[in-house]
Amino acid sequence: MSAILSIARLEMLIARRNMWVATSVLLMALFSVVLTLAGAGTGANLAASPLEVAVSSITTLSVYLVPLVGLLLSFDAVSGEIERGTLALSLSYPLSRGEILIGKFLAHFAVLAFAVAVGLGLTGVLAIWQNGGPAMSFAPLWRLFATSLALGSAFLGLGYLVSSLVRAPGVASGLAIVIWLVAVVLYDLGLLGALVADGGGTFTKEIFPWLLVANPADAFRLLNMPEAATAELASGLSAAGAVSGPAGQLASLLLWPLLAMLLAWAAFRKVEP
Amino acid sequence: MTALKLEHVVKRFGEFVSVQDVSLSIEPGERVALLGHNGAGKTTMMRMILGLTPLSSGRIEVLGSAPGSRQARRHTGFLPENVAFHGALTGREQLRHFARLKSVPARVADDLLERVGLGPAADRRIRTYSKGMRQRIGLAQALLGQPKLALLDEPTSGLDPVSRHDFYEIVHELSAAGTAVLLSSHALTELETSTDRIAILSRGRLVANDDLASLRRAAHLPIRVSVTTTDENVEEVAARLGGQRINGHSVELTCQPDEKVSLLGRITGLGEVIKDVDVIPASLEELYRYYSTSAGEKK
Repeated sequence: MSAILSIARLEMLIARRNMWVATSVLLMALFSVVLTLAGAGTGANLAASPLEVAVSSITTLSVYLVPLVGLLLSFDAVSGEIERGTLALSLSYPLSRGEILIGKFLAHFAVLAFAVAVGLGLTGVLAIWQNGGPAMSFAPLWRLFATSLALGSAFLGLGYLVSSLVRAPGVASGLAIVIWLVAVVLYDLGLLGALVADGGGTFTKEIFPWLLVANPADAFRLLNMPEAATAELASGLSAAGAVSGPAGQLASLLLWPLLAMLLAWAAFRKVEP
Repeated sequence: MTALKLEHVVKRFGEFVSVQDVSLSIEPGERVALLGHNGAGKTTMMRMILGLTPLSSGRIEVLGSAPGSRQARRHTGFLPENVAFHGALTGREQLRHFARLKSVPARVADDLLERVGLGPAADRRIRTYSKGMRQRIGLAQALLGQPKLALLDEPTSGLDPVSRHDFYEIVHELSAAGTAVLLSSHALTELETSTDRIAILSRGRLVANDDLASLRRAAHLPIRVSVTTTDENVEEVAARLGGQRINGHSVELTCQPDEKVSLLGRITGLGEVIKDVDVIPASLEELYRYYSTSAGEKK
């Protein structure tokens, strides 16, 4: 346990000095503030609560941003150490590879949580400032926070997996970008294409909703889209979401981090520094 | 308990045999130098001892445990070749981290930083360190927790002569306290006085494994005797001793170890014309060359 904490502590120091913390926080804060302020103008016309509008637009953004931050934090974790030549030395110490991975995960998770918290905290503050706090429900904001962390964790795990599989940080970063593109853009485009081709047949009704929720980014989107007015505003995915249900979406979002970390661990165990 | 035992260890990378049937053991307190060209298999051997790479066949026992086991790692200190650290950390942060991993108090890490002469630089980022300073951090971490086995891969590369001297002093203290030390090096001369035994790897095979005196005896390499004479007599001395005149006042001879005493007797028998005599046994370089070329392998 102390080994895990020591690794986590060291990785936090490195993340802070490499400006990863500052970059992630700045990124999340900037976009959250801009979207909250932009959303405030439209909320009045749509009769949705301003916070709901803000959460909806931040969700759309987080689907892109949170996985990106997760991958940026993690792609270097193993391959970078191999390249620098620091991994062989770490592995000569009495600690398991699982402990190394968990230690790194804790540190990167903390960075991610901090960045998301700052971003959403600013959103909350702005919403209160614009509309007065007492009447407002902050549940969507909390849900967005928790699901963002689950989404980010999944991509941290995928980043470690890539990092362990390819050894060279340059290649790892390229692969990380590919994973990001597939998960947040191409996957949905592919599904959309299949939907159009299928034209409302069995695929659309039976298979598509599950394929959609199998992608953590889409599960995240479905969970956070407030029903009613804003759902239509953001996208037409809510019909598909109804089939898998919140339980299915939540399961996808929680299983992905576990699965990704297990795969990363399996790959890391095979690494010969 | 034997600190390190290798039995018929083989490591293949596809067709290429990196380490070929190596058997070697090191007792507590022994300092063994592992010599070999680049690519002779030294680093691969160390990696197998650490459990970083599996053996193709054979057996390794580290302090009675399997290589790479927690028990073995807890009592092993390792200094990798070209040791590297994350440049964003300070020396103190890095060393204290390693201390925690070995369950050693932070104070010990701080003391070690002083011991290797990094006290004033301890709170600077490692990025700003010279190669020698990084090497010292590497040495300091290998000393954490009083290891029972120290594996030092090219430990003196990048160190200036004074630091090298300090380094061998630390190695001496370690072995005096019962640590078995296996160190690989290219710098042969400095090993003559600072190790108990020399193992020579050549193309993956252990071609020699003994103390220096025995290696010299077994190699039967000629001893060089350099005789200094007065200028007028140099030709005459060269003729009478059957040696080679190398300048105006000295003659060089070679002889086998068992002829040394009689040769010295003949030289002193020449009387006044001899001003000085130097006896130069085969150097470690010559021994190394002898054992690592085919002459040594045939034996």
